[in-house]
Amino acid sequence: MRFLLDAEQRAFADSLDAMLTAADTPSVVRDWSRGDHDGGRALWSRIAKAGVFALAVPEAYEGMGPHPVELAVGFVELGRHAVPGPLVETVAAAALLAELADPLPAGRLLPSLASGEASATLALDGAYALDGDAATTRLALAADGLRLAPGHGPVRASLDPARRLTPLTPGGELLATAPPVAHALVWARLATAAQALGVGLALLDRTVAYVGQRTQFGVPVGSFQAVKHRLADAKIALEFARPLLFGAALTMAPADVAAAKVTACEAAYATARTALQLHGAIGYTAEYDLSLWLAKARALRTAWGTPAQCRAEVLSGGARRW
Amino acid sequence: MDLTLSPADEAFRAEARTWLAAHVPRTPLPSLETGEGFAAHRAWEAELAADRWSVVSWPEVYGGRGADIVRWLVFEEEYYAAGAPGRVGQNGINLLAPTLFDHGTERQRARILPSMATGEVVWAQAWSEPEAGSDLASLTSRAVRTDGGWLLSGQKAWSSRAAFADRAFGLFRSEPGTPRPHQGLTYLMFDLRAPGVTVRPVGRLDGRPAFAEVFLDEVFVPDEDVIGEPGGGWRVAMSTAGNERGLTLRSPGRFLAAADRLVDLWRGRADPSDTALRDRVADAVIGARAYQLFTYAGASRFLDGGTTGPEASLNKVFWSEYDIALHETALDLLGPDGESADTDWSEGYVFSLAGPIYAGTNEIQRDIIAERLLGLPKGRR
Repeated sequence: MRFLLDAEQRAFADSLDAMLTAADTPSVVRDWSRGDHDGGRALWSRIAKAGVFALAVPEAYEGMGPHPVELAVGFVELGRHAVPGPLVETVAAAALLAELADPLPAGRLLPSLASGEASATLALDGAYALDGDAATTRLALAADGLRLAPGHGPVRASLDPARRLTPLTPGGELLATAPPVAHALVWARLATAAQALGVGLALLDRTVAYVGQRTQFGVPVGSFQAVKHRLADAKIALEFARPLLFGAALTMAPADVAAAKVTACEAAYATARTALQLHGAIGYTAEYDLSLWLAKARALRTAWGTPAQCRAEVLSGGARRW
Repeated sequence: MDLTLSPADEAFRAEARTWLAAHVPRTPLPSLETGEGFAAHRAWEAELAADRWSVVSWPEVYGGRGADIVRWLVFEEEYYAAGAPGRVGQNGINLLAPTLFDHGTERQRARILPSMATGEVVWAQAWSEPEAGSDLASLTSRAVRTDGGWLLSGQKAWSSRAAFADRAFGLFRSEPGTPRPHQGLTYLMFDLRAPGVTVRPVGRLDGRPAFAEVFLDEVFVPDEDVIGEPGGGWRVAMSTAGNERGLTLRSPGRFLAAADRLVDLWRGRADPSDTALRDRVADAVIGARAYQLFTYAGASRFLDGGTTGPEASLNKVFWSEYDIALHETALDLLGPDGESADTDWSEGYVFSLAGPIYAGTNEIQRDIIAERLLGLPKGRR
């Protein structure tokens, strides 16, 4: 038993963090929100080169996976830097394609997802797919099975401007009649949980820095107990979400992943509320970069399973769970 | 990164499980917070100790098994899963013993630990005073030098189980007038039945005498009952506080077992359409798992040579608030029966309400998190 990230896993996180810090993600996010995907695609390619997507793709399809723990490590960093794009969806699509009874679609589509030449989005409930205007592979679960959607409809705005919601065009090639949707959902929830944890950690860091330098009544506002205690609660929530995330990545049991998903997303969202309140009016502006993380924390909360759905999943198993 | 126990650890788990299945009382013991219950729990400590299960993490020479932190966690999981009684010796075992291991002398350990392990001597803590709670360093109870020892005078408050315990440990001011309040304090142990000691039991919320006030009037304590250097008691006591807030006071096994019992209650009683209650039950299950995994991560750091620092404050706020939420959910699930004062759930509920207050209030813990983990500037409380 050693329930800690090892040196290699920590180094992977550090190298991604350094790369993303240098990439000026806020300006990439703002371009992406306007439908200008150039900067985002370049960043996507670097993230793929670092191996993030390959972690979800089996070696048989030119990936390195499946490695859910390392994937979670990577997605925490993607969340921390508010990286835009169908990140979770690409992972979920890879997990889905890798497990189809017929290996042909996987052989055709997975190598380019692993390398970053392609990106994927996925609609499992028939409504909207994330960033269907940017993704090169659009998968839709139709009544008769999994289809490769031929296109997408008009973009609908999200509460997170960097998340562009698109209906997928009906029809297209039928890839499988009984795709393992539950398996894809587990991967989607794990990646979302990790991304949300990263979003929450970034919100906490930025807010701690802000209240340390913002002065009112002649002292930093971070010296006030009312401010400190809100940040302490955010820290507690995030630090208890973290072990659930990595515990879930080790087991990949649906109940464990659902527990991690609801906990990480609620921790990130609570941290977002605290971050907004403690920044005051400046935090309530779109031009201030904090908004990029605030918006994402709200959106991830209901993506790939609402809090209630995740809690129901936790209780759906047998007698003793852990 | 892995959560797999070694075969030897699994064998230890099996051994503990087998012993507990054969020994745990079939019917629950009377409440620990009554004279009758205290005696029954003391007898249970002796039964545990007879087969070296009362202090598994201590060295064998003092009655333990030399178990590392992982085995201790495993034992606690099995202990509470088996429905075994609460531990009447916990204040001594969890607070005083770690202090003796870190700061005591070999003679003190040999003299004090074996009778603690068997429950023959049950220890109470004597930290707080009427005017010194969260601001513990402002305490005024005195230790005055005398031939061969010290004379203790003053008043200690909120001393858990002092109504029934044998001995107590705490801080006393041995050097008045030091520049800073946490200087000049001495860590001492004393007999609750010594001449000059008056113990006045105080009923907690439900009236049971779970704690007491302790009045001291020139109570003689020999030098051998000082832990660490005279005047250096604050540092010694803070290492105890670190243990209390950290890995040792509330083991995850306790909450995993409670969450399991809650799920059983929910499956047996709940209206399936009441999703609000279902969500709270799920949160109890999730919280127990989060606490278990958080603790395993902390244990892993211990195994790699780390220690408990201000991170322990995260742990203390989490479990104390979790414990209340879990018991509130159980009482709500019980419906009108939730009002009964004689159930395990009601006993646990009343006990849980004290959690955010003792062992350093949660407000103090949040200050520690903010200042020492997040690096926020100190300010007036």
